[in-house]
Amino acid sequence: MPLLEVSGLSKRYRRGDTLVSAVDDVSFTIAAAETLALVGPSGSGKSTIARLVTRLIEPDAGTILFEGTDLRGLKPSALRAMRGRLQIVFQNPLAALNPRATVGRVIDDPLKIHTGFSRGERRSRVASLLERVRLDPALASRPIHEISGGQRQRVAIARALASSPTLIVLDEAVSALDVSVRAEILQLLKRIQRETRVAYLFITHDLGVVRAAADRVAILDGGKIVESGIATEVVSNPQSAIGKALVAAAPRLPRG
Amino acid sequence: MTLLRTPTALLGFTILVVLALIALLAPLLFPADPLAIAGPALLRPFQDASLPLGTDRLGRDVLAELVHGARTSLLVGLAAAATSIIVGSVVGTLAGFIGGIVDEVLMRITDAFQTVPGFLLALAFVSVVGPSLPVVVLAIALSAWTGPARVARAEVLSIRERDYVAGARAIGMHPLKIAFREVLPNALPPVLALSSVIVAAAVLTEAALSFLGLGDPNRITWGGMIAEGRAVLRSAPYLSIIPGIALVVTVLGVYLAGEGVVEASAARKVRA
Ligand SMILES: Nc1ncnc2c1ncn2[C@@H]1O[C@H](COP(=O)(O)OP(=O)(O)OP(=O)(O)O)[C@@H](O)[C@H]1O
Ligand SMILES: [Mg+2]
Repeated sequence: MPLLEVSGLSKRYRRGDTLVSAVDDVSFTIAAAETLALVGPSGSGKSTIARLVTRLIEPDAGTILFEGTDLRGLKPSALRAMRGRLQIVFQNPLAALNPRATVGRVIDDPLKIHTGFSRGERRSRVASLLERVRLDPALASRPIHEISGGQRQRVAIARALASSPTLIVLDEAVSALDVSVRAEILQLLKRIQRETRVAYLFITHDLGVVRAAADRVAILDGGKIVESGIATEVVSNPQSAIGKALVAAAPRLPRG
Repeated sequence: MTLLRTPTALLGFTILVVLALIALLAPLLFPADPLAIAGPALLRPFQDASLPLGTDRLGRDVLAELVHGARTSLLVGLAAAATSIIVGSVVGTLAGFIGGIVDEVLMRITDAFQTVPGFLLALAFVSVVGPSLPVVVLAIALSAWTGPARVARAEVLSIRERDYVAGARAIGMHPLKIAFREVLPNALPPVLALSSVIVAAAVLTEAALSFLGLGDPNRITWGGMIAEGRAVLRSAPYLSIIPGIALVVTVLGVYLAGEGVVEASAARKVRA
C-alpha cells in the first residue's frame, strides 16, 4: 500500500464569472521513504496540488488516501490529529509564519499539539530542531519578523519536522535559500529520510535539484501530468514538449 | 520618542498624565468627604485661598468635587472603552474567521445595536437596571462595541487568507486557537486606533447620563455637577462652566493623544 494515493484530483478556481481549471484529473502515488518531484512552469498547479494533498483546500473531485485513510471522510478532530504525520512547507517563507510569533513558539506549537512531551523536553527539542536546520538555538526567542527569508524557510522546515511526519510536502522549500545553504538543507532532508523513512512530495522548478534529490518525477503543465517516471531518466531524456523545454531552460544542469 | 514628537500629541499626553495623577491622588489631595460642607454657600472662585474654585449651593468645595469627579469620568471612560474593544474584537473575530451563518447572525446583531442611537440605548438600560458604576459602564459599552466589531471583522477577513493561517491549520491547531492567538493579535492595531474616540465618547455619555440623574448616585461626577449648577445658572454660572471646561479638556486630551499614537504607528509602518 502506498503512503499517499491521489486519484482523479481536480480543482477549479472562480475568476470573475468563469471557472479556471488549476488542477485537472491528477493521479499519483508516493511510497514510504520515497521522494516524488513535481515540476512544471509557473501557474501549472503545483501549489494547488500541495494544498489539496494537505487538505487546506477542498478538491472539486478526486480522492486522497493517506496511510490508507480517505482524508475527505475524516472528522475535524481526527483530521487535526492526523496532520502531525502530513506536513507542508509553503512556497513563500515571508508569508508562511506568523510575524508576531517567536521562532521558538512556531516550532513548539506542533510539539505541543502532537507529542506528550513536558515543557522542558519540548524546549530541548526546539533547540535540537533548530540545530538540525543549521540555525543558532538562541534564535528561539526572536520574533519571526526580525529574521531573514532564508532563516524563516529553515524555521518552517524545522517546524514541519517537529511532529515526526511520514510525508512532507515541500513547495519550493529550498528555492529561496542561497546555493550553499540549499545544498546543506537538501543533504539534511536526505539524511532525515534515511533515518525516519519520511516521504517527500518535492515541488520545484529546478531540474538540478530533481536529479539530486528525487526518486521519481512528474511533470505538470496546465494542471495535468504530462510525463512521469524515474527522475534521472526523465531529466536526461524527456519525452514531453514541456519536459524538453524545462531541460533546455535549466541552467548549469550537468550533462550525462 | 516619536510618540511625543508633534506638539499636539505632547499636549494630549500631558493633559492625560495630569488628569490621571489627579484622579489617582484625589483621596490624598482632598482626603475629606467632597460631599461635606466646606464653607459658605455659593462662594465665587478665587475669593478664598482655601477654597480656590469656590463652593456650590450647599457650600461644598468645588475643587474637591472636580478632582473626585475626574476619578469617575476617567474610570468610566476607560472601563467602557476596554469593554467595548474586548467584546467588539471577540465578536468581529468570530464573525470574520468562522464566516457563513455565524458571520451572518453576528453582523445582523451588530447592525441592530448600531441602528439604535447609542445614548438612547444607554438611557434605556440604566433606567431599567438602575444606576450604578458597572451599569453605567455596561450601558455605554452596549452601543460602543459595534465599531470595534466591524473593524476587527474586516481585518480578520484579510488576515485569514494569509499563508500562516493555513500553516496553523496544517499543524492541526484548533480553529478557535487559530482565531484568537494567530489572527486576533494581528488584527488589533486598527481596532485599538478607535480607542481614543471611544474613550472620549464614553466620558461624554457618562456626563450626559449623570446630568440626567442617571449616574451612580454615590459618586461625584462632572455631569452631575453641571446639572446641579443649572439651577443657579444665572447667578452662579461658574458652577456649570468649571466642570464643563474639565470635560472639554479631558475629551481633547484623549483625542489628541489618540491621534498622536495613530500618527506614530503610521510613521513606524512607513519606516519598517
Ligand atoms: N486562490 C486562487 N484563486 C484563483 N485562482 C488561483 C488561486 N490560486 C491559484 N490560482 C490559479 O491557479 C493556477 C495554478 O496556480 P498554482 O499556484 O497552483 O501554480 P504553481 O504551479 O504553484 O505556480 P508557481 O510556480 O508560480 O508557484 C494559476 O493559474 C493561478 O492563477
Ligand atoms: Mg506555487
